[in-house]
Amino acid sequence: MKYLHLIWAALFRRKTRTILTLVSIIAAFLLFGLLDSVRVAFTAGNSVDGAGRLIVNSRMSMQQPLPESLGARFSTVPGVTEVASANWFGGVYQDPKNQVISFAVSPSYLDLYPELVMPADQRATWDHTRTGAIVGAALAKKYGWKIGDKIPLQSTIFPSKASGGNTWTFDITGIFHAKDEHSIGREQMLMFHWKYFDENNAFGSGTVHWYVVKVANPDHADVVAKAIDALSINSDHETKAQTEQAFQASFIKQLVNIGLIVMSIMGAVFFTLLLLTGNTMMQAVRERTSELAVLKTIGFSSHSVQAMVLAESVLMLLLGGVIGMLLVSAIVPRIGAASGGMIPVHGVSANTWLIGVVLMLAIGMVVGWMPAWRAMRLNIVDALSGR
Amino acid sequence: MKKFLINLGLLVMVAVAVYVWTLLPWFGVLGLAAVFAAWLLLSRTGRQASSVTAVGVSTLRQRIGSSSVIVIGIAGVVGVLVALLAMGEGLSATLQNGGRTDTAIVLRGGSASESASVLVHDDVDAIEQAPGIARDANGKPIASAELVVAANVSQKGSGEEANAQLRGVDDEAWALRPGLKIIQGRKFKPGLRELDIGQGAAQQFAGMDVGDEVKLGTESWKVVGVFASGDAYDSELWADRQTVSSAYRRGNSAESVLLKLTSAGAFDGFNAALASDPKLKVEASTTADYFAKQSAGLATTIRIVGLTVGIIMAIGAVFGALNCMFAAVAARAREIATLRAIGFRGVPVVVSVMLETMLLALLGGLLGALIVWLVFNGYTTSTLSGLTQVVFRFKVAPHLLWSGLKWALAIGFIGGLFPAVRAARLPVTTALREL
Repeated sequence: MKYLHLIWAALFRRKTRTILTLVSIIAAFLLFGLLDSVRVAFTAGNSVDGAGRLIVNSRMSMQQPLPESLGARFSTVPGVTEVASANWFGGVYQDPKNQVISFAVSPSYLDLYPELVMPADQRATWDHTRTGAIVGAALAKKYGWKIGDKIPLQSTIFPSKASGGNTWTFDITGIFHAKDEHSIGREQMLMFHWKYFDENNAFGSGTVHWYVVKVANPDHADVVAKAIDALSINSDHETKAQTEQAFQASFIKQLVNIGLIVMSIMGAVFFTLLLLTGNTMMQAVRERTSELAVLKTIGFSSHSVQAMVLAESVLMLLLGGVIGMLLVSAIVPRIGAASGGMIPVHGVSANTWLIGVVLMLAIGMVVGWMPAWRAMRLNIVDALSGR
Repeated sequence: MKKFLINLGLLVMVAVAVYVWTLLPWFGVLGLAAVFAAWLLLSRTGRQASSVTAVGVSTLRQRIGSSSVIVIGIAGVVGVLVALLAMGEGLSATLQNGGRTDTAIVLRGGSASESASVLVHDDVDAIEQAPGIARDANGKPIASAELVVAANVSQKGSGEEANAQLRGVDDEAWALRPGLKIIQGRKFKPGLRELDIGQGAAQQFAGMDVGDEVKLGTESWKVVGVFASGDAYDSELWADRQTVSSAYRRGNSAESVLLKLTSAGAFDGFNAALASDPKLKVEASTTADYFAKQSAGLATTIRIVGLTVGIIMAIGAVFGALNCMFAAVAARAREIATLRAIGFRGVPVVVSVMLETMLLALLGGLLGALIVWLVFNGYTTSTLSGLTQVVFRFKVAPHLLWSGLKWALAIGFIGGLFPAVRAARLPVTTALREL
C-alpha cells in the first residue's frame, strides 16, 4: 500500500497512452456489464416469493383453456395451500403498438403474490367493483392513469358483449407496487376480475388459461406437481404443473440461447482487450527500463519491482473496469424503463459485479505477468548502460 | 489554444467524414478509391506519400504486437456486428418470404396475429364467396380456412420442451403456397391424424421423421411427409383442419382464411366487398403486408441490439487503434523528422500514417468478415415468434459484409487521423534531438 503513489505515478507517466487504454477497458466492461445484466435478468430474476408457486396449464398447448372447475379439485391435493387462476387478455391501449400485459384473474390471485403490495382500502374497493382493474405503478405512470379513471382497452383476442366490439371498459380501483427490485417487472401488469371477463366474453366461457398453485413446502413442489397432473390424466384436459421458475426458464430458453451469445461476444471482446492492454504494459515497461534499474540500485528487491509492475497493470484494469461497471449501473435502469418492461433489468446484480471484478483481476494479472517478469530479471548494469 | 482549436476542427471533420462515409454507396467508395490511387501514382506529393507509406509498412513486422492489436480488435468488431446483423437478416427473410401480393389473409377485425383471431363457420363461408377470389377448374374458390395452435413438443438433443406451431389447413392450402414442396413422403389424408412437417421443424424437434408416431397433447399423430418452403412454414406441423379442430376442441371455427386473388390488383375490390358486408367484422391484408408486419418488431430489436454492441466495441477499437498508432508515430519520430528535414511536406506524412492504419483496419475487417462468413453463413437456430418456435438460418448477406468493411475503414480512419496529424506537426528540431 505504501507504494501506491509510486505505482500511480508510473501508471500516469504517459497520460495519453494510459487514458486511451482506459477508454478501451471502459468500453469492454461497459459491454460486459450490459450483456451480463440482460443475461441475469433473463435467466435468474426470481424472487424468493416465487419459490413454492406452481404454474399449471394445459398439456396440449399454453393457449388451450382449462375448465374453471379444476381449481377446486387442485385445492384438495395434499400440500396445496391456495389456488388461483388467470386468463390471457391480450390488451392494447389506444394503439396496437401499446401492448398492456393484462390478465383476468380469480379473487385470490393477488394473495399468491405477496411481493405485490396494495393498500387495504384499494383492495376492498377492487373486490366489490365488477369492472374494477388494478394496475402496476410503472404502468399507471406510463399512461398517466389514476385511481377512479375509466379506461378503454382493446383485446386482441376477446370481443366484449357489452360494446359489441373489442373494446372493454375498466375502472381503475387500485395501484400496486412491487416490494423489491426483483419483481419490479410485474409493475407493468394490469389485472381485472375473471367474473367480469367470463360474463362479458362473447365466446368461450367457464375456462381459464392457467392456474397458480401455492404449495406449503417448496421442497415438495415436484411431488405436488405430479399429484396435480394425476388428477386429470387421460381426461380431455390433461394438465402440466411446473414450478414458476421452470415455466419462465422454458420460455427464455426458447427465445434464444442468451448465455451463448453473451459468451461469444465477450470472448471476442476480452481476447482483444488482453492483446491491447498487454501491448500497452510491454511498452510501458520497455521505456521505463532505466528507471526500474535505478529503483533496483537504490535497494528495491527484484520481487518488489515485479510486484509493482504487476500491481500497475491490475490497477489499470480495476480503474477502467470499475468506471465501466459504474456507467452500466447508471444506464441499466434507464434501459429497463425505456423498454417498458420488455427487458426486465433494474440494476447491476452483485453476481455481475463479482464476475466483473474477478475478470479485472485475472486480466490484470495475465497482462502484467510478462512485463513484471521482465522487470524482475532486469540486470542493473545492462539496463543503466542502455544495452 | 491553437492546438485545442486544431483538435476541435479535426473532431468536426471526423464527424462529417464518418457521416458522409456511412451514406456513401459502393460506387462512391470505388470512385473515391480510384481518385486516391490516381493521386498516389500521378502527382508528386502522391508519389512521395506512397514511398513514405512503403517505408512505414516495411517496418510493420517490427511492431507485430501493436499492429496485431489493431487487426484483431477491428476483426472482433466487424465479426460481432456482422454476426448479429446476419441473425436479424436471416430471421426477417424467413418471416417475410412467405408473403405474396396475389394472396390475401383475412383475420377477425382488431387481431394482430392468427392466434389472436377467431372466425366462425358463417364468416368463413361469407369470406369465400367474396368477389375477386380466384377459382379452380371446378369453380370452387381457392381458399383455405386455417387454424394454428401451439403444440407442446420436445427439442432434439436437449429434450427441452418447446412450442411448435400446428396448423390445420384445408385442401387448397398447397395450391395457395406454390413455393412449398413435399420433399419426402406424401401429403396427409383429410380426416386422419396425419402430419406433414416443415424441414426446419424436422431438424429442430425430436421424433419427427417420416413414419414416426408423435404425441401432441393426448393424441398420437403419424408423420407422413416433410415439406420445404424456405420461409416460416418450415417451422410448422401441418394437418387437416377438421382433425386439428376436433383434437383441440375448437368446434367449427377457424382463425384465418388464406385465399388466392384473381390478380394482385384485385385486392382493393375484395377488401371493399368485405368491409361493406355489415355481418362481417374482419380485416384483410395481402400476405406480403401481413408477414412484413409480423416480422418488423423482432427484426428491429435484433438490429438495435447489434448496432449498440457494435458501436460500443467500435469505440473500444478506435481507442486501441489510436493508442497503437500514437506509439508507432512516437517510435518513428526521428525517422519522420528526418524526412521532413530533407524536404518532405506534411501531407505525405499524414497520408502515409493514415494509409498504414487503414490498411491494417481493412485487413482486420476482411479477417472478421471471413470468419463470420465461414462460421455463421447458413447456421441454423430457432427463436420464439409470438408463442411458437420459428427456425431460421443466419444469412451473411454481401451487403452486411460490405457494411462491416465500411465500419472497419471508418475505425481505421479515426484511429489514424490524430496520430498522423501529430506526426506532421512534430517540430523537426525537437524530434531530431529526442532519443
